[in-house]
Amino acid sequence: MPAIRAENLVRRFGDFTAVDGVSFTVEKGEIFGFLGPNGSGKTVTIKMLIGILPLSGGAAWVDGIDVRVDPEGVRNRIGYMSQKFSLYDDLTVLENLRFYGKVYGLQGRLLNRKIAAVIEQNEIGDYRDRLAGRLSGGWKQRLALGCAMLHEPKILYLDEPTAGIDPVARRQLWDLLFQLSGQGITFFVTTHYMDEAERCSHLAYIHYGKLIADGTPESLRALPDITPPGTRRFEITAGEVTTALNIARRIEGMRSATIFGRSIHALVDDSLGQEQLAGAMRARGARVEEIRPLTPSLEDVFVELTCRHQRMTGAAA
Amino acid sequence: MNNPFRGLGAIFYKEVIHARRDRLAIMFSFIMPILQMTILGAAIDTNIRQVPTVVLDESGASQTAGPPDRGTADSRALLDRLRNSDTFRIIKYVHSDRELNEEMVTGRARVGVKIPVNFARDLLDGRTAQVMVMVDGSDSAVAGQAVNVSGQIGLDESLRRILPAGTVVPIEVRPKLMFNPDSRSPNFFLPGLTAVLLLFVTTMLTAFSIVREKERGTLEQLLVTPARPLGILLGKIMPYFALGVLELCAILLFMRFVFQVPVHGSAVLLVLISTGYLFVNLTIGTLISTKANSQAEAMQLAMMTTLPSIFLSGYIFPRDTMPPVFYVLSYFVPATYMVDIARGVILRGAGIAELWSDAAVMILFGIIVLLLAVRRFTRMIV
Repeated sequence: MPAIRAENLVRRFGDFTAVDGVSFTVEKGEIFGFLGPNGSGKTVTIKMLIGILPLSGGAAWVDGIDVRVDPEGVRNRIGYMSQKFSLYDDLTVLENLRFYGKVYGLQGRLLNRKIAAVIEQNEIGDYRDRLAGRLSGGWKQRLALGCAMLHEPKILYLDEPTAGIDPVARRQLWDLLFQLSGQGITFFVTTHYMDEAERCSHLAYIHYGKLIADGTPESLRALPDITPPGTRRFEITAGEVTTALNIARRIEGMRSATIFGRSIHALVDDSLGQEQLAGAMRARGARVEEIRPLTPSLEDVFVELTCRHQRMTGAAA
Repeated sequence: MNNPFRGLGAIFYKEVIHARRDRLAIMFSFIMPILQMTILGAAIDTNIRQVPTVVLDESGASQTAGPPDRGTADSRALLDRLRNSDTFRIIKYVHSDRELNEEMVTGRARVGVKIPVNFARDLLDGRTAQVMVMVDGSDSAVAGQAVNVSGQIGLDESLRRILPAGTVVPIEVRPKLMFNPDSRSPNFFLPGLTAVLLLFVTTMLTAFSIVREKERGTLEQLLVTPARPLGILLGKIMPYFALGVLELCAILLFMRFVFQVPVHGSAVLLVLISTGYLFVNLTIGTLISTKANSQAEAMQLAMMTTLPSIFLSGYIFPRDTMPPVFYVLSYFVPATYMVDIARGVILRGAGIAELWSDAAVMILFGIIVLLLAVRRFTRMIV
């Protein structure tokens, strides 16, 4: 039994279809990264999968429970951390934990034991009597995660858990997620950060309500759509990179070229070799320093998929 | 699993902490009522006395010499009667209609008395002597009192002149003010005020309760938990219910011992019956909170319900003189029952036998409104 199964999920708001026929399966213990631009239907999908937004069509099972039949049962089994770390600012860390524990029906000694465990796990013991409103972003996030985990859910939904958090706290959160997923907890995470996407064991990409990619990071990089047969990718390092880009785009056999920092990511025909490309660019005055073969980054993958999807839907319309 | 009250204990726990840390709410619940009671109890006197009056006494004036300064003996006697009534205070004598008018328009005088040139002559000749009393109608209470008292003085003075000395007056009406024999303003104002004060505080406090969570984003998190709507709403109402009872006790103590309003009925009974009133107002606040999208909106909605409630309740204007539509409407205002109950117990010494139906109606209202709020809230979840 998979942790989450979505089949042809549809959600309409009036004439607008926010989620349009989305299907995927998340296995137990996976860290499932759910990606997509703002307004593409990520949060709406989550809300359907935690039983607070009814489905307009399709079906979904969470931990084997049909969300259409028993949304409350789903809510009992999952933990959810919303985008804003919804804590009560005027309650202390301990009081926030006690409150969420009580809401899930924990009490007495059991509640105290669970709270102690979560405090230990999230290392928030030093702040237990501090008002939540006075915590920094990283600690707020840990507390929010702690509150969402008190009742030991099997599946945790984290909606943009690292938005507005400093890099160190971000790294620490991911270390914690790996540790917990090792204990068999399934994570459903939305994010904008590509480095976070790289850390997921399973990725899906949603664009204007449609799922346009689903697989492991490796399988997505290897998609034929990303690097079509007969083409290859290079990373070109050059001085005056914008001039070099303009030159590169005029070279025979160049499919596409974009700037990444001080270098250019290029998709070229197989016929165009590394030395040939360097020679051609230098001949036109580019100060090429180095050209290396490149495996596509997830960002390349999603940019390419988005463009293709837009071309296709554009053509259809 | 299907306990509809699920989450009540947790929400109660949290709301008590919120309320304890929210100094503003506590100030609001205790300082404001005491302030209002002080204003209404000490500063306002409904017994109208010493109304500023301006006089144009032309009595006995001749065309050639112009008006005399002090009128005639008859006109002076009448003015003395007015002055001695305690209702009028003569602030100025004027010498022309224009001046008289001016004093009235500027508001320096509320009453203008004009005694015409031939006042004394008419009295002497046995004709009806006329006196004009102009009353500023912009304050109906003052105007009513001025008209009544001046009319009475006129009638009294007329009788004295018609009847021979020593005649027995055939009928004398002796009014007796029951329940408030001294006609003390605090006795009249403060019992009803308890209803108004409780209305404000309870409606406002709960009106903010859910919308605040909506604004902070915590509601979304709450809806993901297995807590049920009835549990959440009751858990939010209960701490404020307790606060309301405390406040009611504070108000009653203040009223009894600071303003010396005697309580003729049972104070315990009053508190018990008032719980129904607290309950219905708290549910109304909750309903507002499920409707509003921001705290500012909740505030406006609360104002929109509390102010008409006060006017319709009969606290300020008597309900008996309302047009039928408003009279019927006033039956749907909980404050109507509470004003009646408070005045009943405190002033008239009414007991459970007279008031149980009022209490039952309020509790019924409360249950209906609570169910409406739960329905709206449930729609927010799904």
